[in-house]
Amino acid sequence: MAIERATERLGELDGAPARPWVDAARDFVRRRPLGAVGAAVVLLMLVVALLANLLTPYNPVAVDFAAMLAPPSASHWLGTDAFGRDVLARLIYGSRTALFVGFGAAFFGATVGAVLGVGSAYFGGRVDLYVQRVMDVFLSFPLIILALAIVAILGNNLPNLITAITIPMIPRCALVIRASALSIREMPYIDAARAAGFGHGRIILRHMLPNVMAPYLILLTAFLGQAILLEASLSFLGLGVQEPTAAWGLMLRGAAVEFAEAAPWMAIFPGLAISLAVFAFNLFGDSLRDALDPRLRTQ
Amino acid sequence: MWKYLLKRFLLMFPTLLGVAVLIFFLMRVVPGDVVEIRMSGDRGAVSEEILQQERVRFGLDRPVWEQFLTWLWGAVRLDFGTSMWTGAPIGEEIKLRFALSMQVAIMATLVAVLLAIPLGVISALKQDTWVDYVVRVFSIAGLATPSFWLGIVFILLLLIVFKWLPPMVYTPFWVDPWQNFLQLIWPALAVGYRYSAVATRMTRSAMLEVLREDYIRTARAKGLIEKLVLSRHALKNAMLPVLAVVALEFAFLLGGLVVTEQVFNLNGLGLLFVQAVAQRDYTLIQALVLIVSGFFIVVNFAVDILYAWLDPRIRFR
Repeated sequence: MAIERATERLGELDGAPARPWVDAARDFVRRRPLGAVGAAVVLLMLVVALLANLLTPYNPVAVDFAAMLAPPSASHWLGTDAFGRDVLARLIYGSRTALFVGFGAAFFGATVGAVLGVGSAYFGGRVDLYVQRVMDVFLSFPLIILALAIVAILGNNLPNLITAITIPMIPRCALVIRASALSIREMPYIDAARAAGFGHGRIILRHMLPNVMAPYLILLTAFLGQAILLEASLSFLGLGVQEPTAAWGLMLRGAAVEFAEAAPWMAIFPGLAISLAVFAFNLFGDSLRDALDPRLRTQ
Repeated sequence: MWKYLLKRFLLMFPTLLGVAVLIFFLMRVVPGDVVEIRMSGDRGAVSEEILQQERVRFGLDRPVWEQFLTWLWGAVRLDFGTSMWTGAPIGEEIKLRFALSMQVAIMATLVAVLLAIPLGVISALKQDTWVDYVVRVFSIAGLATPSFWLGIVFILLLLIVFKWLPPMVYTPFWVDPWQNFLQLIWPALAVGYRYSAVATRMTRSAMLEVLREDYIRTARAKGLIEKLVLSRHALKNAMLPVLAVVALEFAFLLGGLVVTEQVFNLNGLGLLFVQAVAQRDYTLIQALVLIVSGFFIVVNFAVDILYAWLDPRIRFR
């Protein structure tokens, strides 16, 4: 097995790959089928979100009192809700909300966290100590409690919702990035950069940040799933995305529970959508971690 | 070891103080005046006089640092002031609900442990077989499934398959344990499944690591039957990190129940918190956040003590 893998590697060596990205993707699919499934679902979700208006003839917010609580049928594949709105259309448009909030929160959370983590590791000493103490304080709030408290302060519109989900992510990212940045700081090339007289900003941005890309990407995908879940939870509580916007968590609120027995499609499908999306991001993230983290690669 | 514990104990206080400072001042950066926001919901125009009265009532007319010290001194004595919305003393409100949330948290942790340890061990023993894959997918799915939705599905299944609904009115444990169990087992299952995911992975990786140790080979080489090798030598050592993970999750559970309590209509801390956020009841939010994170910090410390006590490598340092 090991020999086979080694010869495979040798085969890859002769002649540099013409398209490194394609090769890397092919390699990823072959070695990590579960991760590839996750990636496929993520891609599907992106396509659905982009082409939402082509995929369904229905307007996700159009109320139709003639078709209230209609069961799944040829015209409404997944049925309608208490306002006669098409469930499938709301699911399709809901993927936009989920991805928008998810990407927004995960990107800002991971990026601010990475800059803080790298900065904290680079400067060390007192700066590091203070930053770590502040992070400790933030880490002792459960994710959703902190997010809810921020919603209470800022009020709940979409940008505030993203902020509320971003802030609890920052310390979790800073912690991990700091750990890997600490070892990078000891590298000779950082000494070299310092000896060449580069400023702190340049060393952090040009020399340290690119080298924590692997943990950064891993955290980004992990946060994506969490952010989507958190958005769904907040919307379910009525403290996230507001009606009539299509959002999966919101679809599970109110009528979905009241009419659960009479119209179970209202409660089942949005939950499946959330689970599938988060599941896909987690699978993809896990495999990405295995592929990018050199300590795990040998396993 | 005592030095380590003392240091750990003393480190707890700056963090607690930090939490108190952070939450107090976060609630003070609210755009606009807290009292105004609250009153504006009532009837529109409110006279400046009444606003001023309200401000005095909540002590908002005094300097911020004085407000903070008063609040902190109250919190130390577990007196969190009164709710801005109902005017009821917060300490009482919380006391009523703490037991309920605590019970669900404990039950959910038990569910998580009962799921995680057998699954994790099997997964490690059958590494890279289909059993391992099924267990791993099951646990990743647990992380992906919102527990509030799982709760809805449970209710739905009970309703459609058994034509039965769990009791919706809360019965305290000491009044009727069986009724109490029937009501609380469903949220515990829904939340426990989610929380078992991390513990299952931890059990799996800890078992895999331990099984490669020399002393396991020795135990097998001396002819010990596999069952004893696993239970007495492997599992016992693999449990240490699992214990830490479970305890930390338990510490977070008190806050993590927020959404699930809503589904099952459980009047616990989570429901109170959501109400407080919806009504912008800042004094109540402050108190709840402080309690939940204070609980987390204290449990975290307890885990460190437990760890030090269980792991001879730390105990004899």
